[in-house]
Amino acid sequence: MSEPPIIEVRGLTKTYQLGEVAVHALRGVDLEIRKGEFVAIIGASGSGKSTLFHILGGLTPMTSGTVHLNGRDLAGMTNAERTELRKTTVGFVFQKYNLLPTLSAEDNIRIVKYIGGRDVGFDPGFQEILGLLGIADRMKHKPRALSGGQQQRVAIARGIVNSPAILLADEPTGNLDSENSTAVLKLIKDLNRRLGQTILMITHDADAASYADRIVKMKDGRIV
Amino acid sequence: MILTLVGVSHGTLDQSAQRARGVGADIWFRPPGSSAIGLSSAPMSDKIPAMLMKEPDVTFAMGTMVQPLSGFDAMTGLDLDDFRKLNGGFHYLKGGPLVNDDDVIVDEYYAQQKKLHIGDTLNLVNHDWKLVGITESGKLSRICVKLQMLQTLTGNPGHLSQIFIKVDDPRNAQAVVDALRVKYHGYQIYTMEEFTSMLSISNVGMLKSFIGVVIGVAVIVGFIVVFMAMYTAVLERTREIGILKAVGGTSGLILNILFRETLLLALLGSVVGIVLTYGTQWLMKHAVPASLVQETVYDWWPIATGIAVVGALLGAIVPGVKAVKQDVTEALSYE
Ligand SMILES: Nc1ncnc2c1ncn2[C@@H]1O[C@H](COP(=O)(O)OP(=O)(O)OP(=O)(O)O)[C@@H](O)[C@H]1O
Ligand SMILES: [Mg+2]
Repeated sequence: MSEPPIIEVRGLTKTYQLGEVAVHALRGVDLEIRKGEFVAIIGASGSGKSTLFHILGGLTPMTSGTVHLNGRDLAGMTNAERTELRKTTVGFVFQKYNLLPTLSAEDNIRIVKYIGGRDVGFDPGFQEILGLLGIADRMKHKPRALSGGQQQRVAIARGIVNSPAILLADEPTGNLDSENSTAVLKLIKDLNRRLGQTILMITHDADAASYADRIVKMKDGRIV
Repeated sequence: MILTLVGVSHGTLDQSAQRARGVGADIWFRPPGSSAIGLSSAPMSDKIPAMLMKEPDVTFAMGTMVQPLSGFDAMTGLDLDDFRKLNGGFHYLKGGPLVNDDDVIVDEYYAQQKKLHIGDTLNLVNHDWKLVGITESGKLSRICVKLQMLQTLTGNPGHLSQIFIKVDDPRNAQAVVDALRVKYHGYQIYTMEEFTSMLSISNVGMLKSFIGVVIGVAVIVGFIVVFMAMYTAVLERTREIGILKAVGGTSGLILNILFRETLLLALLGSVVGIVLTYGTQWLMKHAVPASLVQETVYDWWPIATGIAVVGALLGAIVPGVKAVKQDVTEALSYE
């Protein structure tokens, strides 16, 4: 193969210790994602999808196995390096939008740009992305004043504002009606098609998964 | 809130103490059988001050005559030259000292309450007085006229109702009082300390410790209120802190934002608090005139601001650090 995968997961396990009880959320996951791919992960509730995401994003430590992101070993990273990773390599989109309620849609995006150490102005390239969002006229509004679909589109823009190598979206349409879901999924597809953004998306919904190039199924902490 | 409480307590305490201290005397000398508060008659001869001045340690004695008016007001007849010797005299905010026999000077509170201006005519004890001076309040009396004039008008020529005595060293005041009590049997002779304690409802010493407690409670409550307000405010933003971390914000950056926001908030809050004290001051002056006096305690501005800033910062940093250290996924699941 010419290029190494952007995400390479080998034998990943995660065990949550709840007092006496050990919860095996991941029991040996192997996964490869190539640059520019749009992959959907589906699986029953509790199959470990979110756990996998949190580990990929350096939000939760793994129990065993290896994860390479952009060729870098996640396990060997310090806290500061993981923070750096979230800043530059991994973008997140959550089911619950997770926008800062006190900032306008625009500033929600801008603050992440600022954290990423970028110029907080919107360059032409990013203007194009904002155009794709289809909510150019709502950018001055607070999240409260936006519909769920609009908020999620802002959250997606926030997720890619620092041009991460990969965008992780955890049930981005989980809280949305079908109309808004379609808008968000189209946007994600567009980002993948037009910008070559690598995307890994968790979903429950087969319809949503059908937007992806490849579908990965998870069951009981394993890829099946 | 702290500023208001401190202001009120300081104001109330200081008014009585200041009034007495403002006289600049060390000993208060009154005729027998008169009550501490009502000064109705003027039974002392105006020869007594001269006699008192011959006593050891006594440097000066000034006699005044007090004529009660309606309500709590009273007017005092005095000799401005003597008064100057006693304590440097009045400080005039407007106008100047008594020149003519019909002249009257009042303090700023009285002028404010009765809306008086220099040149106005006041009818007191059936006599028309011309207002020539408005003084800083806190010295002796609110309304002052010439001693002889008041003596003549009230039919008490050559009589005094109280004498203020100054001694060479305030520490000798008690000794002089003891000596005078023997010599002038039946007269009411007090050091100024005792005098102020009679003016206020309770003993000044007790009042002081009471006020100390009030201020202490105000400080503690203020601190806790600010601390708790910031604590809950930041706790509620645990999720936001989690979001900032999820998008790559470093702990330092997040705490920095939090710190600056809190500092700004605390400073703004303090300014609002200070402005509010002017509001309560105004309310007290207009709603309950002359009962409680609230002072503007400039000394306490930096202290109250300090309390607010420290309380707020601690209140913000404690949950802030907790949220920053917390697992991002946990912070994000915080409702
Ligand atoms: N912080 C945690 N502490 C303990 N157990 C956890 C924790 N997070 C997840 N788990 C457990 O790990 C397992 C996998 O959870 P995970 O959230 O990854 O599932 P999921 O596939 O995302 O499910 P869903 O579709 O409902 O979001 C579950 O059994 C869950 O209870
Ligand atoms: Mg999940």
